[in-house]
Amino acid sequence: MKVTIKVNGNPVAAEVADRTLLVHFVREVANLTATNVGCDSTSCGACTVLLDGRSVKSCTVLAAQADGCEVTTVEGLADGSGEMHPVQTAFHAEHGLQCGFCTPGMVMAAVSLLDENPSPTEEEVRTALEGNLCRCTGYHNIVRAVLAAAPATSERRSA
Amino acid sequence: MSILGTRVVRTEDPRLLTAGGTYVDDLRLPELSDAARVTFVRSPMAHAKITGMDTDAARQAPGVLAVLTVRDMDDLTPPPPPDPDAEIIEGAPMPIGGLWSEPLLAVDRVRYVGEPVAMVITSDSYQGEDAAELVSVDYEPLPAVIGIGTALRTDTLLFPDTESNVPVTSGEATDDAIFDGCDAVAEATIVNQRLAPMPMEGRAAAARFEDGKLTYWASTQNAQISRFILAGVLGMDPGTIRVITPDVGGGFGAKVGIDRDAILVAWAARKTGRALRWVETRSENLVGMTHGRAQEQTVKIGGTSDGRVLAYRLDVVQDTGAYPRMSGFLPFLTKLMAVGPYDIANVQTKSRVVVTNTTPISAYRGAGRPEATAAVERAMDLFAAEIGLDPGEVRRKNLIPSDKFPYTTPTGATYDTGDYVTALDKALEGAGYAELRAEQQRRRERGDVLQLGIGLSSYVEITAADAAAGETARLAVHGDGTATVYTGSSAHGQGHHTAWAMLVQSELGIPMADVTVIHGDTDLIPEGIGTYGSRSLQLGGVAVHKAALDVKEQARKVAADMLEAAETDLELDADSGTWQVRGDPGTRRGWAEVATHAGEDGLVAYVQFSGGGATFPFGSHVAVVEVDTETGKVRLIRHVTVDDAGTVVNPVLAEGQRHGGIAQGVAQALLEEMIYDADGNPLTGTLADYAAITADVLPSFELVQSETPTDINPLGVKGIGEAGTIGATPAVQNAVVDAVSHLGVRHIDMPTTPSRVWAAIDDATQNGEAR
Repeated sequence: MKVTIKVNGNPVAAEVADRTLLVHFVREVANLTATNVGCDSTSCGACTVLLDGRSVKSCTVLAAQADGCEVTTVEGLADGSGEMHPVQTAFHAEHGLQCGFCTPGMVMAAVSLLDENPSPTEEEVRTALEGNLCRCTGYHNIVRAVLAAAPATSERRSA
Repeated sequence: MSILGTRVVRTEDPRLLTAGGTYVDDLRLPELSDAARVTFVRSPMAHAKITGMDTDAARQAPGVLAVLTVRDMDDLTPPPPPDPDAEIIEGAPMPIGGLWSEPLLAVDRVRYVGEPVAMVITSDSYQGEDAAELVSVDYEPLPAVIGIGTALRTDTLLFPDTESNVPVTSGEATDDAIFDGCDAVAEATIVNQRLAPMPMEGRAAAARFEDGKLTYWASTQNAQISRFILAGVLGMDPGTIRVITPDVGGGFGAKVGIDRDAILVAWAARKTGRALRWVETRSENLVGMTHGRAQEQTVKIGGTSDGRVLAYRLDVVQDTGAYPRMSGFLPFLTKLMAVGPYDIANVQTKSRVVVTNTTPISAYRGAGRPEATAAVERAMDLFAAEIGLDPGEVRRKNLIPSDKFPYTTPTGATYDTGDYVTALDKALEGAGYAELRAEQQRRRERGDVLQLGIGLSSYVEITAADAAAGETARLAVHGDGTATVYTGSSAHGQGHHTAWAMLVQSELGIPMADVTVIHGDTDLIPEGIGTYGSRSLQLGGVAVHKAALDVKEQARKVAADMLEAAETDLELDADSGTWQVRGDPGTRRGWAEVATHAGEDGLVAYVQFSGGGATFPFGSHVAVVEVDTETGKVRLIRHVTVDDAGTVVNPVLAEGQRHGGIAQGVAQALLEEMIYDADGNPLTGTLADYAAITADVLPSFELVQSETPTDINPLGVKGIGEAGTIGATPAVQNAVVDAVSHLGVRHIDMPTTPSRVWAAIDDATQNGEAR
């Protein structure tokens, strides 16, 4: 079937098999490989992207379901001048990543969290990220990064 | 001022955060533009004879380019016939082979669920999943050998030409005389459960064979070892193989070298003449990638009523899964580190390795040392409970005093440097131990539902155990003043690129931003070992450091020639990266000028550093848990650690290693376990079932700093990668037992799930008195 999805602002149209998952559309059709597949049971969150502004696990959305929608991946997070999103900056400053595999999904989940809750507590961050697995960091610095990113993320949104 | 020891954020991160890493599945190279997909047909049976296989339907399915089975392996030299008299080397972390050999594809028998049986090659991965379903394999079931007890008792042999399911036995006969003279003795049988390493990126490989040359990309910790393995299996000259490690999404020991599945991808690329790519699914990963731990331990500890331990015995049985891929290495390390940080006069150890119809066992973060620490730390608490003394006090009485180093243990390890008592005291102080005990007492007196548990663990571990194998570094300073480091070490999240650039900047004054670090390409770096056993910094890092010193001396000669001065009068200002004749700023020359003057040969140093030996990091952890005595639910509320790995090059990276390890340790203590039913079916074969630890069940960790340099290497560094799993696991387990010890509970096996904790409380209270 024919699917058109706006990925990071660029419309991508393709004829795909009905069963094509959104994550495979993003990786193989749009050729944006930052978004990773970490499991096959919607458990790990490595494939998290924003679908019309809300975070979804793109391994559990059909490309067909996203037809006509907007998808944002970590590649599309920086602003037009290439400056990193405050969440990306904070992950760097707080050493919130090691091997990097969970990172794109984790960053998108964090962006979505701060959109819904601009000034979360540590406990709220931990609960909100419960669907995103990281095997390297023990989550310690990820949580610190999200808390650190909150003020600048609010500013960016209101700017 | 040197950059070493300062907090430097990683150079790796901007790329990973904005474009994502480039893992095997992300490679968009011309060489792989037409790569077909490999899908494995895996055994659904734990133990069975293969009586037939029909691949016709699969071959005719859409997109199928080839279906390969063991019958297609006519291009490989069969291994020499097994020599039943061949000596098994217990401490060699390699497959035993011979009668216990593991095939690449199953031949006439499968021995675990997930064992590769056939390969389907298709244009895309969806087609591969479909076609693999169409391969029809006839299995004649055999009794599954599941669990250590069954493996030791059953008549069913996994390898019918052998005499038992026990490939390796080692150690002395036990003699209870060592416990003579003890006022108190405690014994326990402890399960150190099977875990899935579960790096976020599973296993993956890609291969292209062209004009007699193999180019191979793999998610591995060791490019050079992988090349060695491929050369051996495929019968190729290593010079005709190039192994490249792109970004690797975590390894944790389970990506040391390459597994049979990944080897098969290279073979199939040669066989079919097609570029191939294989990326396993998580469900494959949880049964196909090696598991870790899987020991049963019997401990006995005895000592005086005032807390001095006199004797300790550790009897280990290692479940090694279906194939002994690591010989007796894991229990060998467990026995070597049996006494931990304690000064115990009489020690006995023994071990057996058994095969079972489960996924093979190999290294997982700590590899034998967390198991040793878990055993002795549980034993210490059992002993403390037996004599009614505080577990902190009992540990302090038995820790090796700081004036006894180097210290050789009864099991033959020589600990280099340490200050174990200080580490314990710092951890207890950081936790506010006395106040915690007071709060615990108040809750006990009130009979609160939520009881407080305080768990201690003091540990020492061995890192760079294979220091003699060394590590390589090549450092080149170029005519534009930039530098390139080629390291034999291998990164999969640790931050090698940042740390190695810091080492160069520190010695030479070339800014980190001008230092490029390259790893994991055997054409560029033919010699190297890679990463495991917390060896990187103390071998690979020291090699970089020594290469920088070498380049510095070369540059001194060049600068002396340039400035027509005596070499001894030349000095390098490592802050600005400039050379000058001492006391004459007018002679200043930067690295670009010196390297240019050096001419065609340039400034290049190659170092193969073999360390003076293993190093022994140490520390103490304090875990604080709340246990709901009505439901058995455990919550870790604080975790305080002292992890001393010698001199710290970059606290940001060292802390990151500690955090990740702690979380994996907590995961073993509280949650994770790879479970099989009696027929050998994995019950935790997806991430919906395997209880990988998540952010919401962890607190932030409280890290206390401590640096006791080693004298084994010039940087004074030890390994930090495995401290967390070694130290945290028993601290948390001990905390859970401690929370309910006043009810009479003395031991709860890991993972300390609510049902186990509840059952332990129920057992103890129904018995009416402490056991």
